[in-house]
Amino acid sequence: MSKLTLFRMSGLVINRELTLAMRRRADVLTTLIFFVMVVSLFPLAIGSELDILRKIAPGVVWVAALLASMLSLGRMFSADYLDGTLEQMMLVPQSLSMLVLSKIIAHWMMSGLPLVLIAPVLGLQFDMSAGALLVLIAALLLGTPVLSMIGAVGAALTLGLRGGGVLVSLLVLPLCIPVLIFGTGAVDAVTSGMSAAANLSLLGAFLLVSLLFTPWIAAQALRISME
Amino acid sequence: MAINWFKYAAPSTFYGLAGKLIPWLAWPAAILFCAGMYIGFFVAPTDAVQSEAYRIIFIHVPASILSMFVYLIMAGYAALGLIFNTRLSSMMASALAPTGALFAFISLWTGALWGKPMWGAWWVWDARLTSELILLFLYLGFISLHASIEDPRRADRASALLAIVGSVNVPIIYFSVKWWNTLHQGSTVKLSGTSMHIAMQHAMFTMLAAMWLYVIAISLARVRSIILERERSTQWVAELAEVKQ
Repeated sequence: MSKLTLFRMSGLVINRELTLAMRRRADVLTTLIFFVMVVSLFPLAIGSELDILRKIAPGVVWVAALLASMLSLGRMFSADYLDGTLEQMMLVPQSLSMLVLSKIIAHWMMSGLPLVLIAPVLGLQFDMSAGALLVLIAALLLGTPVLSMIGAVGAALTLGLRGGGVLVSLLVLPLCIPVLIFGTGAVDAVTSGMSAAANLSLLGAFLLVSLLFTPWIAAQALRISME
Repeated sequence: MAINWFKYAAPSTFYGLAGKLIPWLAWPAAILFCAGMYIGFFVAPTDAVQSEAYRIIFIHVPASILSMFVYLIMAGYAALGLIFNTRLSSMMASALAPTGALFAFISLWTGALWGKPMWGAWWVWDARLTSELILLFLYLGFISLHASIEDPRRADRASALLAIVGSVNVPIIYFSVKWWNTLHQGSTVKLSGTSMHIAMQHAMFTMLAAMWLYVIAISLARVRSIILERERSTQWVAELAEVKQ
């Protein structure tokens, strides 16, 4: 039997998560529909003046993305926890952090990436310019993985708790505020004629820092929750 | 003679020590509080710009300082508990959390009371206000995570991890809110003059000392309750004079 390398394991886990998700497409779709709905509610509530809509568009999209990513966090570990798979995964000799990272990547591909892809359409509803849309997508591409990663820590900490869904939002949302600020800031910078480079660089920095630390922290949290 | 530095790391010995310390902290806290209030209200002069309304800073500033300090101390205790597996450190962390949240709330509330006459608004999306609000959220997250896990060991460790992540995030949040604020609008808040009257300084530092002592006293009192609750099935608790009655 060949030895399971780290990257091969990572590939296997991602593959497994995606297969599972494809068997239950409704889960992925509900998150996406929720995102579209929340964004569509704002013009109804605030009014349809294009000037206002253009101004609030990045904020609305980001807040909706934040809420939508909270919605799917519960699923990151709980199904595997309930049927005992997670326990078996933790016995694997390979690094648990890497395993968690693979799960995070898979989670992002199913909850973050669809939001990024649909966001331009929603942006058009808010009459955003092409340049602003491009920056919005770039910011979302950099920022939504961070949401998944911070969310993984929260999901691991609240594993198996009653009312874990609400609790995880309570824990994770304050920690996501910097991403929200710079994500919307990037678009605001472009619409007001400045360069979005500073905001995007900071988002990239958040991405790198969380890539480095959050899988390990989430792995520790899983160990705490599973003992 | 060898000193056992870790003698008071055990809840059973610390319980007695904390009980003895509390009066020595609580009474000075009360006296300093009264003294600080007296200086603040009767000795300190009326401010040239803000007239009488400025006097709320004697509560507001110490409360804000402490709300931030207490979070760091709490995270420090939580980290100690997580790393060295000391029960008492985790208990101290959970004893400090409600006090920290209270101070964050007082700081926001008094800030709003001061903001209304000064800025004409109860709330301004200033960097400092916003980050204080987020700090309150972090406290509430810590408390509710701890409360929703039934096994106390797991609760301690999980919330410790959250507190550590939170304390790393606090500066990031602070600076991001600050930059966000400067990006959107010029700072609306400027403290009127940095040269404070000496009596104002006295009042503020007296109040700060009083609140520090209060924090230590109240968290010791709370940790005593936590110790009793967690160790209720042990022999030494059963032998305590106050339990036997």
